[in-house]
Amino acid sequence: MTNTIIWTIAIITVLGVVLALVLYLVAKKFKVEEDPRIDEVEKVMPGANCGGCGFAGCRAFAEAAVKAPNLDNNFCPVGGNDVMAKVAAILGYEVKAKAPQVAVVRCNGTCEARPRVNEYDGFSSCFVKANLYTGDTGCSYGCLGCGDCVGACQFGALSMDPATGLPVVDETKCTACGACVKACPKRVIELRPKGPRGMREYVSCVNKEKGPVAKKACANACIGCGLCAKTCTHEAITVDANLAYIDPAKCKLCRECEAVCPTGAIHGVNFPKPLDKDAVKARINERKKKAAEAKAVETKKED
Amino acid sequence: MGKRTFSLGGVHPHDNKISRECRIEPLALAPTVYISVAQHIGAPSVPCVAPGDKVKVGQVIAQPGGFVSAFIHSSVSGTVKSVGPRADLAGRPFTHIEIAVEGDEWMEEIDRTDTLVTEIPADNKAIIEKIRLAGIVGLGGATFPTHVKLSPPPGSKCERVIINGCECEPYLTSDYRVLLEKGEQVVVGAAILKQVMGNVPCTIAIEENKPEAIAHIREVIAKLGYAGIEVMEMKMMYPQGGEKQLIDAVMRRQVGSGALPISVGAVVQNVGTALAVYEAVQKNKPLIDNTITVTGECFPKQANLLVRVGTPLRYIIDSLGGVPEEAVKVISGGPMMGRAVANLDSATLKGTGAILFLTEKQTRRAPETNCIRCGKCADACPMGLEPFLLQKLSRAKDTEALEANAAQDCIECGCCLYSCPAHIPLLDHIRVGKGFVMSAIRARAAAAKAAAEAAKK
Repeated sequence: MTNTIIWTIAIITVLGVVLALVLYLVAKKFKVEEDPRIDEVEKVMPGANCGGCGFAGCRAFAEAAVKAPNLDNNFCPVGGNDVMAKVAAILGYEVKAKAPQVAVVRCNGTCEARPRVNEYDGFSSCFVKANLYTGDTGCSYGCLGCGDCVGACQFGALSMDPATGLPVVDETKCTACGACVKACPKRVIELRPKGPRGMREYVSCVNKEKGPVAKKACANACIGCGLCAKTCTHEAITVDANLAYIDPAKCKLCRECEAVCPTGAIHGVNFPKPLDKDAVKARINERKKKAAEAKAVETKKED
Repeated sequence: MGKRTFSLGGVHPHDNKISRECRIEPLALAPTVYISVAQHIGAPSVPCVAPGDKVKVGQVIAQPGGFVSAFIHSSVSGTVKSVGPRADLAGRPFTHIEIAVEGDEWMEEIDRTDTLVTEIPADNKAIIEKIRLAGIVGLGGATFPTHVKLSPPPGSKCERVIINGCECEPYLTSDYRVLLEKGEQVVVGAAILKQVMGNVPCTIAIEENKPEAIAHIREVIAKLGYAGIEVMEMKMMYPQGGEKQLIDAVMRRQVGSGALPISVGAVVQNVGTALAVYEAVQKNKPLIDNTITVTGECFPKQANLLVRVGTPLRYIIDSLGGVPEEAVKVISGGPMMGRAVANLDSATLKGTGAILFLTEKQTRRAPETNCIRCGKCADACPMGLEPFLLQKLSRAKDTEALEANAAQDCIECGCCLYSCPAHIPLLDHIRVGKGFVMSAIRARAAAAKAAAEAAKK
């Protein structure tokens, strides 16, 4: 009896030692060299695995960032500059601070402004609806209102406003991962820089129809009149295909375009004071008057 | 031997042919017509008229934009007002040619008399060319250019011409009225098609719910004395009018996935197409009008109208007393395969077969519940697909799996949706999934073409 126990223990022990040795040698021989920095980078990532950076999760981003020669094409929108600074410190790269972004819904076709011309009775999904037809309003460019973007958001930053039928972005929760931008079949949502203290100007319309058609479909539409582009002194506004676009990099937030827009398609958000349209218009007129006077003086001199 | 039908799936919706006794009446000309250049499967046609041009009925106004494309003729006489984008029935902009109607002046070569010309010209090539020049497309709904169908690729041989008079869609009666009132012309058209395909046997397939039409066509065939044309009485079953289903029913042959009917030796043409072929070959009349059923339980003035291509839907409806109050949905086509009209100002196309009004009660969808895996959709699918699986894959946007499960073979007949006890919008999703697969297939084909061209260089 004692013998059996001793033998058993001896055999098992020897076997264990031999196998451990084999495992050790195999592990040594076939060791996969992995950059230890990958783990370090992954540790500082937010861990949302949202795919907003363009990679399949935070681990994939870390692997790509370690391999990349610089960090110009790798940016974690969720973590923002703080996380990227940490990543850069680990990898010894330089990283330029990027302006934090936020999702902006560029459609203001509320129920009142954009009357429904037919009733959609199919499956409630913007994607399915966009495949079937141009939508239940006269505007074939705007928000379809089925909330695919809300479903795509992992951070609970989007919700549908039942009063307007449009999605609303909660800026405090939005991480600018871009999932909603991809989910929207009409490409209504855009990632724009948050702006200083959240202040930003944008054209809340994507309708490329000619003025009368756009206006007929929606009272809040951009009609491509170009008044904003003419007024802008910073060359921030371009009008292409009957649609104005404000370049956030050039915009100086003077709000002059917002004051002159005849349809109210240009929106300024998070400004401390409401826009005094008349004052801004007076300012523009004065500037124009001065410019005209200066020009008159110049022509006189030439004469 | 019992009446034949296809072997797989199918459903039995009530046929509701309430407009079956209404004679075909020509509709008065609309003040303006809008003729789309995308009226057929394949490349859109290229307009060859400019604003200000005077056109006559039957004059070519758009040339084919490719091999699979068709001529488009003016359906009215008058002045071209504009050539530009206009919303189709789904609201999407397509190029339309707007013509203001002035009088009704036809091209001289068109024979407008009613005399039946039974002598068929001997030159088959000339007949196909005539069909091509007449801009004839399949009028069963798919609007595939007919001359392409009649020119089988080398190596394939046609063994039977099938004239599709099933009209399995509920409500639709235009083919039935054409069979009754223009049976002679249809039979001559069938004889022409039969001759072009090499004097193969020809079957005119008609469902059993149209006994008058069956008797009438049998009489006409006996009277005209064409050999080799027979009428086959089909068992009622939807979607028997589907090309692949009809070939299965008549010839007991199955067309493979992605293959054309000619691969099993069949050429299927609709009754309306046979009539158009007759008119083009024997009367020189291009395809400028078609028979449209205007119907619905809530619609008091049922009608089968002969409508010129490009007539605005609103004009047709207003001429019959306007949209009825109880109607909440207007459908272009039948209730199973037709599409809801989002824009009543859109104009009819060559392939428009019906305008149907449905009431709230008929059309409202019940709330969707969970799939209980009963398999009714798979039983009903005439293509042998698994709709419950396809809709799941479509929601997951899994293109590879969709293709492996043959989503591209879906004929969008709606049998799955019709039979689903959980009211799952199966077809909505499968249609989207089919779109994924088709674009993947197209992308592959384009890549292969580009690679082949690069290899050549």
